[in-house]
Amino acid sequence: MLLRHTTKEVKEREGLTINPAKTCQPIGAMYAALGVHGCLPHSHGSQGCCSYHRSTLTRHYKEPVMAATSSFTEGASVFGGQANLLSAIETIFSVYDPDIIAVHSTCLSETIGDDLQQITKKASDDGKIPEGKYVIYASTPSFVGSHVTGYANMVTGIAEQFAESSGEKKNQVNIIAGWMEPSDMREIKRLSAELGVKIVLFPDTSDVLDAPQTGKHEFYPKGGTTVEELKSTGDSKCSLALGCMSAEPAAIALEKKCKTPFETVDMPIGLGATDRFIMTLAKAAGVAVPDSITAERGRLVDVMTDMEQYFHGKKVALFGDPDQIIPLTEFLLDLGMKPMHIVSGTPGLRFEKRMREILERAPYANFRNGMGADMFLLHQWIKNEPVDLLIGNTYGKYIARDEDIPFVRFGFPILDRIGHSYFPSVGYTGGLRLLEKILGVFMDRQDRDALEEKFELVM
Amino acid sequence: MEPMNHYPDPIKIREELVEKYPAKVAKKRTKSIIINDPETIPEVQANVRTVPGIITQRGCSYAGCKGVVLGPTRDIVNIVHGPIGCSFYAWLTRRNQTRPESPEHENFITYCFSTDMQEEHVVFGGEKKLKLAIQEAYDLFHPKAIAIFSTCPVGLIGDDVHAVSKEMREKLGDCNVFGFSCEGYRGVSQSAGHHIANNGVFKHMVGRNNDQKEGKFKLNLLGEYNIGGDAFEIERIFEKCGITLVASFSGNSTVGALENAHTADLNVIMCHRSINYMGEMMETKYGIPWMKVNFVGAESTAKSLRKIAEYFDDEGLKVRVEEVIAEEMPKVKAVIDEIRPRTEGKTAMLFVGGSRAHHYQDLFTELGMKTVAAGYEFAHRDDYEGRHVLPNIKIDADSKNIEELKVEPDPEKYNPRKSEAELEALKEKGLEINGYEGMMKQMLKKSLVVDDVSHYESEKLIEIYKPDIFCAGIKEKYVVQKMGVPLKQLHSYDYGGPYTGFVGATNFYRDIDRMVNNPVWKMIKAPWEKTGNEAELAASYVTQ
Repeated sequence: MLLRHTTKEVKEREGLTINPAKTCQPIGAMYAALGVHGCLPHSHGSQGCCSYHRSTLTRHYKEPVMAATSSFTEGASVFGGQANLLSAIETIFSVYDPDIIAVHSTCLSETIGDDLQQITKKASDDGKIPEGKYVIYASTPSFVGSHVTGYANMVTGIAEQFAESSGEKKNQVNIIAGWMEPSDMREIKRLSAELGVKIVLFPDTSDVLDAPQTGKHEFYPKGGTTVEELKSTGDSKCSLALGCMSAEPAAIALEKKCKTPFETVDMPIGLGATDRFIMTLAKAAGVAVPDSITAERGRLVDVMTDMEQYFHGKKVALFGDPDQIIPLTEFLLDLGMKPMHIVSGTPGLRFEKRMREILERAPYANFRNGMGADMFLLHQWIKNEPVDLLIGNTYGKYIARDEDIPFVRFGFPILDRIGHSYFPSVGYTGGLRLLEKILGVFMDRQDRDALEEKFELVM
Repeated sequence: MEPMNHYPDPIKIREELVEKYPAKVAKKRTKSIIINDPETIPEVQANVRTVPGIITQRGCSYAGCKGVVLGPTRDIVNIVHGPIGCSFYAWLTRRNQTRPESPEHENFITYCFSTDMQEEHVVFGGEKKLKLAIQEAYDLFHPKAIAIFSTCPVGLIGDDVHAVSKEMREKLGDCNVFGFSCEGYRGVSQSAGHHIANNGVFKHMVGRNNDQKEGKFKLNLLGEYNIGGDAFEIERIFEKCGITLVASFSGNSTVGALENAHTADLNVIMCHRSINYMGEMMETKYGIPWMKVNFVGAESTAKSLRKIAEYFDDEGLKVRVEEVIAEEMPKVKAVIDEIRPRTEGKTAMLFVGGSRAHHYQDLFTELGMKTVAAGYEFAHRDDYEGRHVLPNIKIDADSKNIEELKVEPDPEKYNPRKSEAELEALKEKGLEINGYEGMMKQMLKKSLVVDDVSHYESEKLIEIYKPDIFCAGIKEKYVVQKMGVPLKQLHSYDYGGPYTGFVGATNFYRDIDRMVNNPVWKMIKAPWEKTGNEAELAASYVTQ
């Protein structure tokens, strides 16, 4: 047994987190910044932070993840990191020539009280930022929130620091992407085009973290939302935030700065959430939903009806991030499945409220988020009430193996499979992919365990 | 092997590498980019700060302490005191394999423990939460040892992990609790963390258990972390030779083994950079000499085994070692005979670690491949130039912050295993007793040595030298491959291995053969992108 020390008896812990279902803010900020074209993320802290974040993102995407660091030493930690950041800005612009440096803080720089706004202003005053180039920032101390809030903070920083109102409205809608894969962002763009809506999607990591092999390393790949597009978000008709935790804060900031009205919908995972996304976007843009999208929806519902026997009543444990967990739980319920145990390390009242709404249909469910909501607890719950399926990031494979549970990888990080960056989980097509994966593990299990005389050809 | 004559003038290459840097940065980097001469061995600037903003391979002190040295031992509960990230990123990512004695024995390697420090703890202190965490870990698991690792904020807010550890050790009674001040900002790289880890393990673990293990030839294997099962292969060979392994530091190891390590009669060192402190301290306190060995490479493995037999000076062992080599080598030779015609004359670059960039050159030599440039990520001058430069290394502000333990001979346990004269005689025979000759002596004249290579320099080096393979880590993997050059990860082995010993060598030969000769590298361009084809396509349509 790989997790041989995990006890069945659940005892409340106050000091110790075991096998977390979250990581820290800066990695989210780094991921978000990669979704801006020509942007180099910069970690204002010790070298280790940058190294760990780059490593984790690289393992998840199997792609180059470029980012720089302020390389704090003890001196900087005592006297402040301003000198390090100023020197970094100078070196980065002369060596790596980005259009934008997106600085995020770390627990170290926050603990000593470095003020990123003041330091970037000084860099600008000292002439260290070349004409037409930008240094933006977000405060992302690791001792607050999680990787999800770090992503939200950087997206908010991007919106706040680029959006402008020219006074003239543009016939376009902002779509603020919650933390999703490049494949998902590509799918959001495809669906919007299918609807005939002009959008500005930000951030956008498609064509950045799924770049083609060409024999040439593009330091700044072709993808990412451009500065021009970001500036124009202040003139858009409205914003649509995909996710109350990772996208909404940026929409609020945009409303505050440019009076751009916004609406928040759940990330479009599964049938219901995708329906709401399509309707909200169509309404915002004043367009009718074309038959092609109705047909896409129909294909998803078709599989749901055809294969209902395999889903019905199956018990599921899941862990991950709020904006995925919310619509996924709803989708599982729509499939007739039973979400039994749900944890997310990310704290947040909006998240809890939305989950309570959805779980009215599942009064039996164990749900916990924030402090104490870790994978050790999830495993204990599973030991007490076994499940038929586990959904979560790669770390779930240790529980799945010990308890012999079919396992679908979904979320961040996925370190041992590919696919998430190429095939979407959002939209009706994404829903089909999720169903294919769930059915795949169920049927593989049935084939593995069936008695010879019960082995089915057709399923 | 052919010298480096057909490459551009290395002095010009160096100028090109630093050309784009601001003047001050260029001046600094120039001192870390050295044109090798194995006869005279020029000085390399190493173990100095990375310039902020430079994209470096390096990590932090915490990574070196928790991730590298303490992480691989399976029955310690390693609690990371700090915000969640540090513990999360070091969770199972280093591939330290371990094989508990039975399904009932302890193994915490699959677990990630953290105090998950929040803002309130940064403001009001985190010691209370840490004590709770230690108590809860003890109540749940009753481990033999709990180690506490400080992350950046901990040192800054003044939490005293050592006082907390002492208090909890006394309170719990049967659990050894100890702390490490390995905040990420200490030192200039992982290296500081290695030293801090060595100090802690030496102070709190080694020497606590005096049981004598059976065996005539007892040694410890230092600086072997069992990535991809490397230690398993070395253990297999030792067992075959009749050599008793008391403790590994720290792959596939246990608290009990580490506590018992002072009963061995020799320390053999694999990764000089991360563990040489332990060798030195154990020599002073217990009288156990240390010797540099290398089990990466089949010839190197044979050589290291012969050195061990020479050290123990036992005819039976010498005969047995020769028998084992004679038994293992034909299998290695069969593989090399098949592969070498396909790898002969190809070139490699290695920029990785603190010892690996040296060790793996042996394997490339066995494949007939030439190392045109190499460097370490976090090594010191002695790893490049040899330990004889130690007295001349300047101690700067960053290294001064790392504690040097004052070690004295133990009044009871000090027992010099060899006399001064015996050690001198062994050195005469070519054994690297208490010594290490470094990487440069083995590298070609005019090859390039680059310490703490930056992303920018790596790309330039690839453009200039066009190596057939580049060795580094995960952050560099896909960058280099996007350039059409295969990258072999020498931290994680691309999830393969083992690469040590005889079996490991053949694994490596096969992997490198596969990588440098993989047909996929020729498929990058679409057929219509290849010169000439465009015109052809257009022409055929015209004629239709």
